[in-house]
Amino acid sequence: MVFFPEEEKIDLASNKVGRQTLRLDSRPAIIAAASIVGPKEGEGPLKEYYDVVLQDDYFGEKSWEKAESKILRETAKLAVRKAGLKPGDIDYMLGGDLLNQIISASFAARELKIPFFGLYGACSTMAESLALGSILIDGQYADYVVAVTSSHFSSAERQFRYPLEHGNQRPPTSQWTVTGSGAMIVAAQGKGPRITHVTPGRVIDLGIKDANNMGAAMAPATADTIVTHFRDTGFSQRDYDVIATGDLGKIGKDITQEIVFREGYDISAVYTDCGIEVYSDDQDVNSGGSGCGCSAVVTCGYFYSRMLRGEIKRMLLVATGALLSPVSTQQGETIPGIAHAVAIESTFKGE
Amino acid sequence: MDNQMKQRYSDYVKQKQPKPALIKNLLWAFVVGGLICDVGQMIVNTAASFGYDREEAFAVGAVMMIFLGALLTGLGIYDQIGKRAGAGSIVPITGFANSIVSPAMEYKREGYVLGVAAKMFVLAGPVLVYGIAASVIIGFLYGIFS
Repeated sequence: MVFFPEEEKIDLASNKVGRQTLRLDSRPAIIAAASIVGPKEGEGPLKEYYDVVLQDDYFGEKSWEKAESKILRETAKLAVRKAGLKPGDIDYMLGGDLLNQIISASFAARELKIPFFGLYGACSTMAESLALGSILIDGQYADYVVAVTSSHFSSAERQFRYPLEHGNQRPPTSQWTVTGSGAMIVAAQGKGPRITHVTPGRVIDLGIKDANNMGAAMAPATADTIVTHFRDTGFSQRDYDVIATGDLGKIGKDITQEIVFREGYDISAVYTDCGIEVYSDDQDVNSGGSGCGCSAVVTCGYFYSRMLRGEIKRMLLVATGALLSPVSTQQGETIPGIAHAVAIESTFKGE
Repeated sequence: MDNQMKQRYSDYVKQKQPKPALIKNLLWAFVVGGLICDVGQMIVNTAASFGYDREEAFAVGAVMMIFLGALLTGLGIYDQIGKRAGAGSIVPITGFANSIVSPAMEYKREGYVLGVAAKMFVLAGPVLVYGIAASVIIGFLYGIFS
């Protein structure tokens, strides 16, 4: 029995494009961005783009977890200040991190007293928070939101791998968790690069079990999101100056590029990965950087500055997450991946 | 179909992965592991020259090596050695000390009872459990057959 025949179905989601992309007609603006990084990242090739480079990765705190929460909190505050606002002006804070029960973000929100949406998207949180924040703005539910995320090498090591002083060997596919945080203020009005489209990703798992090879675990989801974004919007690599994935590292980037190529798009000319950008080869990080902070600091520091200067006109941020937990790894589960894409357009030449 | 795809992807990833530098890693493990044993032997010989008998000298050697492993861990040197030497510095008794001291340091923030004491054996625990279990079984077999 069919109560609602197919032809009577009314598509109310008029801002949805294709399979899973959202078009943001009001084009919310990223009016400010801030980044704080640890000492190792401060020695990396992008050092001049960060707002603050910490000398001490404890940040004056007694534990790595407290330090990470403080980094996130200070980054959010800095972004708010750079936007010429006060924390009380921000309608919602959207954020998350890698620690159990996302304590870095929620403890920071405790201090900031901004209404808080806690998110977990593993290392894809920068794009996830930015995407949801801009949807809130576009839906006229907020004037200002802050999207923020963080990671800390030492707190992540201890949660996901070994104690710091343990003398183990890292395989060449392993990645180095970025110590740092990035925050963006998204606003309904104001100057700054604008968010035009959002493509939330699907969770995809092609059976990789090796927690030391997360790039390969996330690559299929990343390629899926990029190709879906292209098909939904009709865009291609020709519409972007930069396509930046979150933290795939060298191996994951290679695989993603190849899968996307097989689907008919050669993105190699504009494609880069934040995990590769954030460190130089001599920093002993094997396959590259990782962590929520990876795409966050590279986007909020490096790419945002370049967009403001007009060096990048359109970019697709595709932050990537490996949705594993220490428990799932021990129980022999495979690693599901996810990637969220946010299309950002610079308003440099003629609004 | 799904499993086939996963298998194909896994094969593809394997072929993409850089191989660990096998020769270099083996050399590091051999040299560092050998050096650690040399140090141990030197301590045993020195102890013997002070008049300890064979068994006592080995006990002195083991205690000293555990101390050195713990000290180097505390100074933040052992993980630097382990990064290069791999099993060369994990297998000797100094590595065992490292696997106990490193979590003890790491979990100090969670307190001395539920942090240090509870987490101290998080890495070494399995070695102790199966090591002791194996030695009991071997002991029984020895008792029966000798």
